Amino acid sequence: MSRLLRMLTDLALARGVLRARHPPPEPEDHADPTRYDAGAPAWAELALVVLLLLCGACFAAFAVLLALAGDTQLLGATAGGGLALLAAALVLAGLRVAPRETAVEPREDAPEPEETAEDERLLGAVADGVSRRRLILGAAGIAGTGAILAAAAPVTALGPSARVLDESPWRRGVVLVDEEDAPVLADDLEVGAFITAFPRGADKRELGSPVVVVRVRPDELELPAARRTWAPEGLLAYSKICTHAGCAVSLFRYPTYEPGSSPPALACPCHYSTFDVRRAAAVVVGPAGRPLPQLPLAIDAQRQLVAGGPLSGSVGPAWWGTRRS
Amino acid sequence: MRHRLMLTVALACAGLALWTFAAQAQQGEQQHRPAAPPAGDAATRGQALFAESCASCHGTDARGVASRGPSLRGVGAASIDFYLRTGRMPLSRPGIEPQRAKPVYSRAQIDDLIAYLTGLDGRGPAIPRVNPAAGDIELGRQLFTDSCSGCHQIVAQGGIAPGLVAPPLDNSTPTEIGEAIRVGPYLMPRFGERQLDAHDVDSIARYVNEVGQHPPNAGGWGIGNVGPIPEGMVAWLLAGTALLLVARVIGERAS
Repeated sequence: MSRLLRMLTDLALARGVLRARHPPPEPEDHADPTRYDAGAPAWAELALVVLLLLCGACFAAFAVLLALAGDTQLLGATAGGGLALLAAALVLAGLRVAPRETAVEPREDAPEPEETAEDERLLGAVADGVSRRRLILGAAGIAGTGAILAAAAPVTALGPSARVLDESPWRRGVVLVDEEDAPVLADDLEVGAFITAFPRGADKRELGSPVVVVRVRPDELELPAARRTWAPEGLLAYSKICTHAGCAVSLFRYPTYEPGSSPPALACPCHYSTFDVRRAAAVVVGPAGRPLPQLPLAIDAQRQLVAGGPLSGSVGPAWWGTRRS
Repeated sequence: MRHRLMLTVALACAGLALWTFAAQAQQGEQQHRPAAPPAGDAATRGQALFAESCASCHGTDARGVASRGPSLRGVGAASIDFYLRTGRMPLSRPGIEPQRAKPVYSRAQIDDLIAYLTGLDGRGPAIPRVNPAAGDIELGRQLFTDSCSGCHQIVAQGGIAPGLVAPPLDNSTPTEIGEAIRVGPYLMPRFGERQLDAHDVDSIARYVNEVGQHPPNAGGWGIGNVGPIPEGMVAWLLAGTALLLVARVIGERAS
């Protein structure tokens, strides 16, 4: 099988041209039997020179193109071609031009008997006093300590719940700003528009900061009674952090014509949790376990959007002890 | 006798099938080839077209038909132009998701329909003038990332979201991109002048054109433009195999 494979590759790649006839004819009158130098054929030396010249030309062209900031594909072709020609030259030189030599590197001499005895004595001194029983007991002790520590580590997580998830920069009167810190005006958003907003002066990277503001028609709102005043002129704001795995809720759909198409919703691109914006971000479908926290909105005298209070719930994924809406 | 009876039945069946087929074909023709434009001004011609192909869902007075089609009063020229020039309207039946198709109407017919409908109610966004050359590609990238890539993907190749399919923007012209931004067709949100101004729209159109439609393939072979994974596959599978073969060809066992 392997012989057949080898014959096929030989045939396909014309290996015979590259490689000297195998085994090489041994020069009988040579002084050193490990060295074989039949003398390179003239065509091989000529081909080697041509290959090296072409290779040099390729690299020169590459340098010129690089200086001229030329076409990227020509740059790649000249650099790759130069390297390929260099490789071809090396292959040819190795197989047909350079003399061959069989070198043998002998092992170091075996150590003297008295040195071996000395090593054995030293080894014995180190191992002295460690019995098999003590070794096993020691190893078992170390392994047991590790196992107990590993079992005890989760206990440290049973402390007070992570309050950081309840912290958010949103307070009553905080102005909503866009990514460039410009205040978001109520009239910026048409019905069916959405924008990402942040609390003015707070760290935008904080989990509780980003909210997504959408505008729907005020008459289609179905908010619970306690939240009636949270959506002036149909403007709604919800935390942008998905309550399932903490991704950014960046998809918003708003139908042009509702019969026959899906109702307005915010959706998370990670696992497609979908939240009904008109019903206080109730989960329509997907793995999220609770609605997005809502930010009560108000419009101030300059028509800027401001927070009417803190977020309605804890931001981000549901953790043990912080799962409340 | 029996043979003759069977032959008659078979012929009758074939005739019936042919007739239904022809009837269906005729119906299809009617839907896809509106009659020659009648005389009169643009609005009159538009009204005739509207009555023929749109009124069954949008109502004879363009005020909509309950649970078949929305009112077209005050939707604006941009909306009408977008749906017609991308072939999304007319729908073959109400309730299905409009998708890009070969436009049914000629440019002149679309203009007639716009003249008729904007004559009924002139409100709504006009067809925006979009000039990608005036846009700033870096601003376009930023705005596209903020507002568009959630559904259309950062390379504008489209995607899916719950309850909708966001189309790839491969064939979208700058004007269509501008119209979609202003109109928010089907389930897409809409963005007014105050949220994205004309320069922003120019920039987004430029970004879509240069990155989404003509991605810069400096190496000459984009391999689907999906990033470093296919490039690694090519390097390991193709180049690695080639290297192995070369090593096999030039190598030699020590004897």
